This record gives sequence, C-alpha cells and structure tokens, in this order.
Amino acid sequence: MIEFLSFLKDPNLQYVLWGCILLSFSAGLIGCFAYLQKKALIGDAISHSVLPGVAIAFMLIEVKSLPVLLTGAFVSGIISQYLVVKLSEHPKISKDTAIGFVLTFFFGIGIVLLTFIQQSGHAGQSGLEDFIFGKAATLVQKDINLFIALSVIIIIVVLLMKKEFTIVSFDEDFAHTSGMNVSMINKVMTGLYVMAIVSGIQAVGVVLMSALVITPAAAGRFWTNNINKLLIISSLIAGLGGGIGVLISYSAPQMPTGPWVVVVLSVIALISFLIAPQTGIISKWFNQRKNKQKIHNENILKLLYKICEKRGNVQCSIDKNEAADRYSLSKKEFFNKLNRLNKKGYLEYQINNQIQLTKKGVDEGQRIVRLHRLWEAYLATYLNIAPDHVHDDAEAIEHVLTPELEAKLDRLLDYPEADPHKAKIPRKKKI
Amino acid sequence: MDALIIITVGFLVAFNCGILGSFLVLRKMAMIGDAISHAVLPGIVIAFMLSGSRENIFMMIGAGVIGVFVTIMIEVLTRKGKIPVDAAIGYSFTFLFAIGIILLTAFADDVDIDEQCVLYGEIIYIPFNVWVTQGGLHLGPTALWIVGLNTFIVLIVILSFYKELLITSFNPDFADSIGIKPIVWHYVLMGLVSYTAVSSFESVGAVLVVGLIIIPPATAYLITERLNKMLIYTTIIALITSILGYYLAFLLNVSVAGAMITISGTIFLLVFYLSNRYNKKVIMSKSE
Repeated sequence: MIEFLSFLKDPNLQYVLWGCILLSFSAGLIGCFAYLQKKALIGDAISHSVLPGVAIAFMLIEVKSLPVLLTGAFVSGIISQYLVVKLSEHPKISKDTAIGFVLTFFFGIGIVLLTFIQQSGHAGQSGLEDFIFGKAATLVQKDINLFIALSVIIIIVVLLMKKEFTIVSFDEDFAHTSGMNVSMINKVMTGLYVMAIVSGIQAVGVVLMSALVITPAAAGRFWTNNINKLLIISSLIAGLGGGIGVLISYSAPQMPTGPWVVVVLSVIALISFLIAPQTGIISKWFNQRKNKQKIHNENILKLLYKICEKRGNVQCSIDKNEAADRYSLSKKEFFNKLNRLNKKGYLEYQINNQIQLTKKGVDEGQRIVRLHRLWEAYLATYLNIAPDHVHDDAEAIEHVLTPELEAKLDRLLDYPEADPHKAKIPRKKKI
Repeated sequence: MDALIIITVGFLVAFNCGILGSFLVLRKMAMIGDAISHAVLPGIVIAFMLSGSRENIFMMIGAGVIGVFVTIMIEVLTRKGKIPVDAAIGYSFTFLFAIGIILLTAFADDVDIDEQCVLYGEIIYIPFNVWVTQGGLHLGPTALWIVGLNTFIVLIVILSFYKELLITSFNPDFADSIGIKPIVWHYVLMGLVSYTAVSSFESVGAVLVVGLIIIPPATAYLITERLNKMLIYTTIIALITSILGYYLAFLLNVSVAGAMITISGTIFLLVFYLSNRYNKKVIMSKSE
C-alpha cells in the first residue's frame, strides 16, 4: 500500500493524472448536452470513426506527432458525423442503420490501414494500437499540455454558451422562434462533441471513448432535474472515472486504460440507477410497495366499514374469515394485513375470530367510502356517466383524493346526501 | 486451398450475419446488434477460462444467455430507469465490453484470445486450426464446422418460421392479434444474433461482426422492399464481400475482416449514390 502511495508522488504521474481528470471533466460536461439531445450512439459512431483519420495522418507524416494525429482524428470524426446526417435523410435508412453503418465502415477502414501500417514496418508505428483501447501511461507532458488546452477550450465554450446549448437541447422549436441560430449552435455542439472524443482517444481509446461522454451524464440524470447541477455532477463523475483509470494504468502497465475508466463510470452509473432517491429503481420499487400497502389498508378498512354500515352499527363485530372471503387476497395475506392494521390501531381483535374497528378505523374507512361515493356523484352529475359505469373509476381515485379536493367536490356538488346508487354519503357529525 | 477455406468461412459468416441482420435492419434495431456483439465478449472470455477452449457448446450457450441478458438490461434501463434508449444501449454494451477486455488482459496467460482477435478476428489462421478426432481423423478446419453449424441452425429457424419473423417484423400488432407473440420472436432473434456473434468471433472479431450484420442488409434494403428478395441480395452481397475482401486483404497484406467491411461499405455507398440518382429521376419523370 505504501509503495502504491509512493508512486503517486511521481511528478510526471501527477501531471498526467490531473491532465486526464481535466479532459474527462470536459468530456462529461459536453456529454450532458449530447445525452439530452439523444446523441449517445452518435458519439459511438464518432469515436470509432476517428481511427482511419489517425492512421492516415500517421501515414502522411510518418511520425507519431500527437497534434497531427488528433487533427486527422478530428477531421474523420466530423466527416463521419456529416455522413450519418446525410444517410439518415434517405427514407429507407433509419438513423440506427446510418450510425451502425458509419461506425463499422470507418472502423473497418481504420483496421485495414492500421494493419497496413503494421506490416509496412514504419519506424515509430509502435503504440498506434494504444489508440484503440487507450493507454494513459504512455502520455508525456507535451501531450498533456495539448489535452489541457483542448479541455479548457471545451469548458470555456460550454460555459459561455450554456444558455444557448440548454435551450437548443430541450426545445429546438422554441430556440428557433426566439431567434437563435439553431443550426449554428448545433454545429458548435457537434464540434465540441467531436473534440471531446478526439482528446480522449489516447487515454481511453476509440472503442470505448463514447462511454466517457455519455455514461456520466446518464448517471447524473438520476440525481437531479436541474441542468446546472447535472453539468457539475456529470463532469465530476467523469473526472473521477478518468483519474482512477490513470492510476490503474500506472499500477498495472499491461492493462489498457479505457476499459477501467468505463467500468468505474458504469459502476457509478449502475449505483445511481439503483439507489438514487425518487428516480432510482430501488426507491421506485419501495414507493410502489408502500403505495400498494396503503391501497390495501384503505380497501380493507373500507370493506369492514361497509359491512358494519349495512348492519347499522359502525363499530360492529365482524368474523374475520367472513371478511377474508370478501377480499381479493388469500386468507393468509389478508390476516397479515389485518395484523398490520391492528398494530397501527385501526382495529382490535376480539374473542372467536371477531374483529372490530376502532374509532380511528371507523374514521378512516368512512373517509374512503365518502371519497368513493363523492366521486361517483361527481362523475354522474358533471360528466353524465351512467351510474353503473362510475364504480371502477372511483375505486382508483378514492386513494389519491386530497382533503382539499374533497372539500372542493363537496362544495361543487352542494354537499350531496347520496351517491348515484342511492347509498348515503357518510360524514362526520359536525356538518 | 487455404484461400478457398478462408473465403468460404468469410462467406458463411457474412451470410449468417446478413440474414439475421436483415430482420434487425427492418425492425430498426441495427444498434441492438452492435450492443449484442460487443456484450458477448465477457461471456466468451469467461467460458474460455472455465473450459480452456474456444470451441464448445457451453460457450455458445453462455454467450447466447449474455446476448439476451443485454437486451433485457437495455429494456429495464429504458422502461424502469427512463433512460433514452440510445443511451441505454451505449451504456450497457460499453460496460460489458470493458469487463470483457479487462478479463482478457488480466487472464492473458490462461486465455488464448488477444485484443487483436477481439477487434478483427483471425480468419487468416483458420486453415491451420484443424479438427482432429481422437482416432486421428482429419475433419478439416474447426472454424468451418462451427460456422457451418451456425449457418445450418440459422437456415432451419429462418425457413421454418419465416412467416412468424416476417409478420412480427412488419406489423407486431397484427401478429399479436393472430396469436403470434412478437416478444417470443424478438427473443428468438436476439438469441440467434448472440449465437452468431459468438460463432463469428474467431473469424471476424467482436467489433467488425457488427458491420456484417448491418451493412449487407442495409444495402439490400436500398434495392428492394420485399423481404425474400432482400435476403437473396444480402446473400449475393455477402458472397461478393467475402471474395473481394479476401483478395483486397491479400493484395495489401492487411486484415481480412477489415477488408471485407471496407468492400461491403463501398458497395453500400455505391448503391446509395445510384438509388439517390434513380429516385431523383423517378421524381422528375413523375413531375413531368
């Protein structure tokens, strides 16, 4: 462990580390807009498509000079993007097909060129394969300066044009009508998108680079609905993933960096999908369960109330087997639910399997029955729905009507006595 | 002889991918094919680690399961997670593919697959990897058997359930109404695509197989709208692709799989150009 920490002090590593964090940070930033514009797979097409550009640039100058290779990558990235747009204009080519075509075609050409370079024995061709899965450890200070410059440009442009980008991403039509040059803004965004992908290829590699742009935004989206917060969260997640990728690249030199960056980011995203409050899958599941529970409770109280209502005594004793027969759950489940209601103080157990609603239980059961019948009355009076058609609707809405709505309905219907089935609408004594 | 074997394997791979790809392209699910072929990588590596060989039934089954798993994962993310479908695809397959590459590098000593093979396969070595029975009988290249079996199964499924696949691709609601469950055929197709991606892995790698799934059918679809003709054109394009691809690779001494994609992509662009010109002519003659 100490050994591991001591290599952190290496100044070159620190330089590379901060450089990669910064470039991941900028990728995560622009990625938010790509995510919002549903351009995730286009990113995949761009990142695969930079490969022939890199190879051609290398063949032309025969040295592994990073600025030249990146220029080549940028050009072929832009061409690929243009081709996707052009192809999807054809009525028979879906966007999906266009992306898939461009991605594999460019990558196939890239592989042909790469294998061509490999067998032609160019001096200095070694390391060109590192562009495929990325190798952060091969970065030197000169390269890092370039990446830092690119990242800073991306960050500055995004910050300057945040308003325009946001509006175009959310509502292009609105952007049009408010006089924005939408196609220009889109082009700038695409340019930045390609730039972010290009600047990541040496650290992350062309095959998985699109994940560095998209996954942080997808993860961030679970934590917030606010674009400013999304930009911050997404770029921080990206920076974290990039940083960890570099550290792994240094501690295990035979490992490519890209896959590690992607796995770290994906795990963060997976955790977000699962546990994020409100939007996460687990919290949604819990909410649904809670909701189901509540509906069962209310339905059971309603049933018990109605049984007693028929007998003319709201606090009558009911045989629990008899009640279970009239409810949609199995007896065992029904008794479980009764136990829960008992614990919450809605009902009491008596001898001989009898149960009785408490005062609290009567109130609650009465409330549900009242809401149900009020809603039926409302549907019949205001929407002219036949009395035999209103029950199912009321069955659902009785669980969500708020006291405010209840008061409003009551006022609207002028405090009705009975529902369309001539059943009395029960009220507390006060009115 | 070696050339013939390579071209035959290349053709069969392109044929299997193209036939299944036709349905994917019609269903606008080309990128799901991309996702599956990337996602089977961890399955391949794990199966290899467990069994020590690339040619076995467990690998096919394992990869088939992972392929179906990734389609379910994408559905869960879009339905339950409310993630846009493209981001869900991009997320799922990069995640699984990255795990595959890490496993590959970490267990490089135990796993006889390298990154190069993942990217563009080793079709050129196929003639040397001969299947010899315990009795010493030479049965020809192993890959030929694997890919041939794949072709056999794909053909049987497509020919026996042509109608079901056709109807569920074009009109899922109608299919449902006459008792053909679209969801069942969806997963049959996904399972077949995964199985094909795995069988093709050795020949063209996990990345370029996508090209063979998408490009020939997309080209055929530009020429015709009838599914049976589309399948025939796809077969013809697969044949041209494998022959020209091999010779291009031979001439330049480059990757065969890469050359096959380059050829089929060029054919696509050519057809695209011609069909655009043809469409314009038709429109002009109609307006006159």
